[in-house]
Amino acid sequence: MELIILLVVVAVLAFWMIGAYNGLITLKNQVLNAWKQIDVQLKRRHDLIPNLVNTVKGAMEFERGTLEAVISARNKAVAATSVKETARAEGELTQALGRLFALTEAYPELKTNANILSLQEELTSTENKVGFARQHYNDVATTYNTRQSTFPTMLVAGIAKASPAELWEIEDAAERAVPNVNLSLGGTPRP
Amino acid sequence: MADGNLFAQQEANRRRSNWLVGGFIVFFAWVGFGGDLAFGLLTADSPPGSYRHVFPFIGIVTSLVAGVICLGAWKRGAERVLWSAGAWEILEPATPEQRQYVNVVEEMAIAAGLPRPRIWLVPDDDPNAFATGRDPQHANIAVTQGLLDTLTRDELQGVVAHEMAHVQNYDTRLMTLLAGMVGAILLLSDGAGRMMRGGSRIGGGRGAGGGRKGGAGALGVIVLVVWLLTLIIAPVVTRVLAMAVSRKREYLADATGAQFTRNPAALASALEKLGSASGATRAITRGAAHLCIVDPSERRLSEREGFLGDLLASHPPLGQRVIRLRGMAFQQEKRAAAELG
Repeated sequence: MELIILLVVVAVLAFWMIGAYNGLITLKNQVLNAWKQIDVQLKRRHDLIPNLVNTVKGAMEFERGTLEAVISARNKAVAATSVKETARAEGELTQALGRLFALTEAYPELKTNANILSLQEELTSTENKVGFARQHYNDVATTYNTRQSTFPTMLVAGIAKASPAELWEIEDAAERAVPNVNLSLGGTPRP
Repeated sequence: MADGNLFAQQEANRRRSNWLVGGFIVFFAWVGFGGDLAFGLLTADSPPGSYRHVFPFIGIVTSLVAGVICLGAWKRGAERVLWSAGAWEILEPATPEQRQYVNVVEEMAIAAGLPRPRIWLVPDDDPNAFATGRDPQHANIAVTQGLLDTLTRDELQGVVAHEMAHVQNYDTRLMTLLAGMVGAILLLSDGAGRMMRGGSRIGGGRGAGGGRKGGAGALGVIVLVVWLLTLIIAPVVTRVLAMAVSRKREYLADATGAQFTRNPAALASALEKLGSASGATRAITRGAAHLCIVDPSERRLSEREGFLGDLLASHPPLGQRVIRLRGMAFQQEKRAAAELG
């Protein structure tokens, strides 16, 4: 009799462990997958930028500095390797692009150019995709981190080789704030 | 993110879908075998040599039909809904606004962590949107041309996020199955109505003859009456069921959608624009009304509050939804302000 009870208890425990273990592994894979998704979108953004710069170069010759800032930010972002470094470089790139877009407002011929409008939509969308991929990654990673550090799942975290995933944080206070661009500094708009 | 909550939602919707299919088949079996029973009891006393209904072939046929309808709703339900709305798929975006729409859907798929759904456009000037498909891997999102024309990018994003939330919650599975079944039951009820008008002569004659002979005939009449009543009430019940199921989902999808975009105010202003568009979405038939983001009918029952509006409307009052979303936006701003200090 005691043996049966013991067996039942062991069986229940074993089933729970399998379930908890599988749950953790599933989450871990989701985290990895979400991370890859960010990478895909960042790559897309890097590929779009040279195209954009070439299109606006002719019309925006006064904004040489802004264009160069975008290009150098892009090159830094492409070269970045660690999570922290990437996050910082991409943050800078986002800001540089924001400045560039704010400046294009001052050029009427750019505002009506179908080519640049479609490029602008592509970049806006890519910016959003980067942001949403990051948001999704952080959501999944937070769930994963909470799960592996709370009772009772923490008991199998060691077996599942689970370690806290690094969150993609926005480091710069400047990036948190809404970019504020003074258009009067942007050179004289051409007639 | 409330991960456990999401899982519970998906589980509940899977379960509801199974119950729906089960109930549907049982209902059709009752319609068939009940008819057999009534017919059998009515002909039990008939003189030897004339027809006696012994083998319950009506029940077997209706059960099979129900099975086929369920299978059809499962496999082709989404296609049929899209077809009935006259939607066409955007494979290569032709205009800048279509490009934007495709981009917005891709963004929301990323925010939800789901595969990109198939993207459709309904040529109708009234702004509306719906999602359909049996699971996130077979999801479809459709909006009307009017929606693309009236909404800003952010508002469009809010609407698409709302639809993506339906996909993630498995609401679309339940809703698509329901759409297939409501259609089938309406058809059956129409047929029954015609049968009753035509059959009252035969039934009356036989019933009177059977009544004189004994209890079996009277029982047969009662069963027949109950049977016909179920057929008449069924479409009303399925409609109320469809509406009740869909009303609760809308609030939830609004909230989940806001979680994707982190911009509840955009969806609120989109809903206001959708509500102020006075026309009807003619492309969308009554059978698919519960799938849409706002009630497509011209009456706009969803504007009305109170008991009758509650019972018959497929959607909660728009004003209520806007108020809830604005509340969320206010909370968000307050938090952001606190963080910035």
